[in-house]
Amino acid sequence: MSREAPMLPVWFFIGVLLSIYGVIILVTALGELSHPPEVVLAQYRPALFAAVLLLSIGGFYTFWFWPGRRNKK
Amino acid sequence: MPQARPPIQANRLISLSPADLLIIVIYFAMVLGIGLYLRRYAKTSKDFFLAGREMSAWVAGLSFLSANLGALELMGWAAAAYQYGILAAHFYWIAAFPAMVFLGLVMMPFYYISRAHSVPGYLRLRYGEATRALSGISFAFMTVLMSGINMYAMALVMKVVLGWNIHVSIWVSSLTVAAYVTLGGLFSAIFNEVLQFFLIWLGVLVVPILGLMEAGGWSGLVVKIHQRVHSDDYVHLWSTLGTFSGNPMGVHWTGIVFGLGGVIAFGYWTTDFLVVQRAMAAKDLRSAKLAPIIASYFKMVVPLIVILPGLLALGLLPFRLVPESAVRPGLHSYNEVLPLMLARYAGPGLLGLGVTALIAGFMSGMAGNVSAFATVWTYDIYQPYIRKSESDAHYVRVGRWCTILGVILSIATAYFVTQFKSIMDYMQALVSFFIAPLFGTVILGMIWKRATPKAGFWGLLAGTVSSIAMYALVKANPAYLAIIALSPNAKDMAENLYRALWSWIICVLVTVIVSLFTTPKPVEELTGLVYGYTKFPDDGRLPLYQRPVFWGAGVAIFFVILQWAFW
Repeated sequence: MSREAPMLPVWFFIGVLLSIYGVIILVTALGELSHPPEVVLAQYRPALFAAVLLLSIGGFYTFWFWPGRRNKK
Repeated sequence: MPQARPPIQANRLISLSPADLLIIVIYFAMVLGIGLYLRRYAKTSKDFFLAGREMSAWVAGLSFLSANLGALELMGWAAAAYQYGILAAHFYWIAAFPAMVFLGLVMMPFYYISRAHSVPGYLRLRYGEATRALSGISFAFMTVLMSGINMYAMALVMKVVLGWNIHVSIWVSSLTVAAYVTLGGLFSAIFNEVLQFFLIWLGVLVVPILGLMEAGGWSGLVVKIHQRVHSDDYVHLWSTLGTFSGNPMGVHWTGIVFGLGGVIAFGYWTTDFLVVQRAMAAKDLRSAKLAPIIASYFKMVVPLIVILPGLLALGLLPFRLVPESAVRPGLHSYNEVLPLMLARYAGPGLLGLGVTALIAGFMSGMAGNVSAFATVWTYDIYQPYIRKSESDAHYVRVGRWCTILGVILSIATAYFVTQFKSIMDYMQALVSFFIAPLFGTVILGMIWKRATPKAGFWGLLAGTVSSIAMYALVKANPAYLAIIALSPNAKDMAENLYRALWSWIICVLVTVIVSLFTTPKPVEELTGLVYGYTKFPDDGRLPLYQRPVFWGAGVAIFFVILQWAFW
């Protein structure tokens, strides 16, 4: 079957979504530094760690599977 | 130390912040965007129903796992862990790895080499039209029921967590799933399943990590559970299974090994087209064989985000959860355990991610069912019995309409499911009705050349009817439970396991007996379908680390270590 362009790999979409989530949660986590949320063990700043994890994974996939950089799924 | 939010509010468990809502909205936009993007690639029936058969082993493997990681997995097994303790992990370990590896190494070559479009499609090639029709119709029926269960579970979460109207939740989620599956077919379903895999892990991981920190590690959790329930039965996998009455599940080890690990697991993982379809979408046979094996590794660690939260809730929550039927104002049911634990540890943003993970799990479970339903309906019911010789584009159109039909039927089922007290028991009942006997029919067809077309049909019918009959018998007179589950102390879950075992045995016996009195298919018609008449590509020239059998052996070692650790 002829196709207009190679399909973007699913990893790229994952990278974009996780990066966006990382940014949102990072902003929220920074705001929580002065006003911790009312949850158990909030003193460990889980949102901050989660944001770093999301940005790391999301950033890696977005960069590595950026359109045109690789042509395989 | 700050305390968790008060668990009970007027009409909802928690309030979402703008950041949480933004995360949820972005998820919906992303899945719809992916559907729109993939529409241009889903033009032929091979694209729409089999994702072009061009998925890598990793994509097919993660999709294979995620199709199973729907609402029932997340909500149901966290609830089951709260009820039954670590015994619920049997459904991830003995009920997964042996069957998944067996599918990859033994059965997948038959599915893939025969070029069947579906499991009922394989049965048509092996046994004939009658068996295909029976399995196709029963699968379609089961699939929409499962889909409805997923939808109900999702609406329940929305009601409990967000205070949303249950009817709005059902319609919003189902319309979204209908849109993206109709647009991109199996491509959309697989893409969103892989996406969901990441979201679930990243969204729920906060619970086991912080939960174990709060409990003082695993040993601290064991102590807290013991203080709570005054028993060690909730933290042992095997040592309490010597008697039916010695464990919270009310089951004997024979039921776990033969009923669950033997029949239910092999039936589900090797013949349920919902999951098998993902492996069949792989780009080559090696990838198709590797897909379920890759999935089995991840399946082995899923208890970390599903079973462990249930155990943590048992040890840490300052109030007791109750069965769904006992819920009153101010009380929470077992099924709410995961949202409750999320609310305990996740603040704004993180909570939105967790809720999105749950929504993603529900939607992907539903999308998986609907896409499998559309495939089986189109290939195994519509094409052979309604419109035989139409163009490929016609069948793609029918597939799209079937997707919408599947969603409508699922919505109807969701309302039906609200009448049942326990979601998980209902699912297990369905598995024993349809999947357990189907495994008998398929495996005999693959390994025994003497199995005849008539035997395949009558064996499958006898297994299914006997399973439904046993279910009805116990419902009519609970005294029969002692006969079917081999003990008066057996509980619902044990009944399901033994009923599945009996229905499989009946299916196999009837198939063997009828085969001995009827005419088998000619040898030339069995090529590529039966062991002994199928030529498999040789993996021997590949490096060891690229061979599926190597990775299958690795997960077996992992399994043994886990059983020993939690014995």
